[in-house]
Amino acid sequence: MGLGVDFRNTIAKRAAEEIHNGMVVNLGIGIPSLVPNHLPKNMMVMFHAENGITGMGPSPEKGMEDENLCNAGGFPVTLNPGGSYCDSAVAFGMIRRGRVDITILGSLQVSAQGDLANWIVPGKKVPGMGGAMELAQKARKVIVLMNHCDKAGNPKIVTSCTLPLTSAACVDMIITELAVFKVTPDGLLLTELFAPYDLQIVANRTECDFMVSDTIRKIAN
Amino acid sequence: MENPFGKITTLEKVLELFSNGMTLMFGGFGGVGTPPTLIDGILEKGIRDITLIGNDTGFPHIGIGKLVSQERAVKVIASHIGSNPIAGKLMHEGRLEVEFSPQGILAERIRAGGVGLPAILSDIGMDNELVSKNKPHFLLNGKDYLIETALTAEVSIVYAKKADPYGNLIYDKSARNTNPLVAMAGDITIAEVEEIVPLGSLDPDEIITPGVFVDHIIPSKGVNWKWAWE
Repeated sequence: MGLGVDFRNTIAKRAAEEIHNGMVVNLGIGIPSLVPNHLPKNMMVMFHAENGITGMGPSPEKGMEDENLCNAGGFPVTLNPGGSYCDSAVAFGMIRRGRVDITILGSLQVSAQGDLANWIVPGKKVPGMGGAMELAQKARKVIVLMNHCDKAGNPKIVTSCTLPLTSAACVDMIITELAVFKVTPDGLLLTELFAPYDLQIVANRTECDFMVSDTIRKIAN
Repeated sequence: MENPFGKITTLEKVLELFSNGMTLMFGGFGGVGTPPTLIDGILEKGIRDITLIGNDTGFPHIGIGKLVSQERAVKVIASHIGSNPIAGKLMHEGRLEVEFSPQGILAERIRAGGVGLPAILSDIGMDNELVSKNKPHFLLNGKDYLIETALTAEVSIVYAKKADPYGNLIYDKSARNTNPLVAMAGDITIAEVEEIVPLGSLDPDEIITPGVFVDHIIPSKGVNWKWAWE
């Protein structure tokens, strides 16, 4: 049930609406890495990388890569005007001190309370948490972009995460190919639907109950 | 090059500082900024049973990953091993002990070790058993924290762009990453550098690691691995 590039871009485009001029933003791998493609050209955003870059620019053209200018995933990037380098302790200082406005990341599961489980599959995959715990706990806004269900068709938005938590009650917003949810103190609130899906389809593919906004925004694909 | 502090030396000479069962801290993030010549020297000398401390385990053929893939480490303290499947395999087979630490807290534990502090207080990962297990708590102003102990090592190895004969270091772009922290936390710190420049030729305002923390300087033969993106 993998998503086509168009669905991935639909999700990324919606996430881009959350970013405003002057923000410091940290992007995870996968769909989040598509978000910058959907920002207005003249918007000034400082993309942050945990290894120690503020002001990351797009990937360099082939042949122009610099092995000493890579993002946290180890892939070549560029530096925008106003960008800077720092050591990793300072890069995480920015996160813990609340200077990173938004982190946009993928997840394996998110619960109705906004618990995030995105780093471990017991007995299968134990890659280590990397910087995910700090980002989830300390970024000012945590947005999860993910497929609504996993490859086997199981809901990833659940009553309570069965996978070990990265961080409890940290997610602010979930964007999938079906819908957009806000995490509120009372649980999830569906605010937007992507065409051609309807509430029934979302309910069928979501394990937990959710509230529905009085005014649902319908987004064309 | 004049060598008034006796710090500029050779790979052969610094390899005498490595021994089986040692603790070794390394700079680098996904292999970027990890000293290639020292890693190869450690491999060739046959050093084993190492406790490694650093951000991650690189890739199987990149950075510190080479030591891990060739089973030279008995323990790793890192935040991430996902880019090196051999590390995961060895861990599951019980042949490699892995202590995971959240990335920024690991950096800060290394920094604490490097600046002579015994521990830091952290609220990262408190509700995660893997992070909080066996760690003492501390109540400060009514809020609960984990005590995260500082990290030091017998030898720290770092990779820098330039050094002067005193060991003042500057790094190259994102290859700085954990290197300035690791440089401070070694009982002995060895800097592998791309270029050694005369005393007085580095702009004092631009030096990232003061030479006070650096004991030995060796010239690098450069990166000899193929990056994952190549």
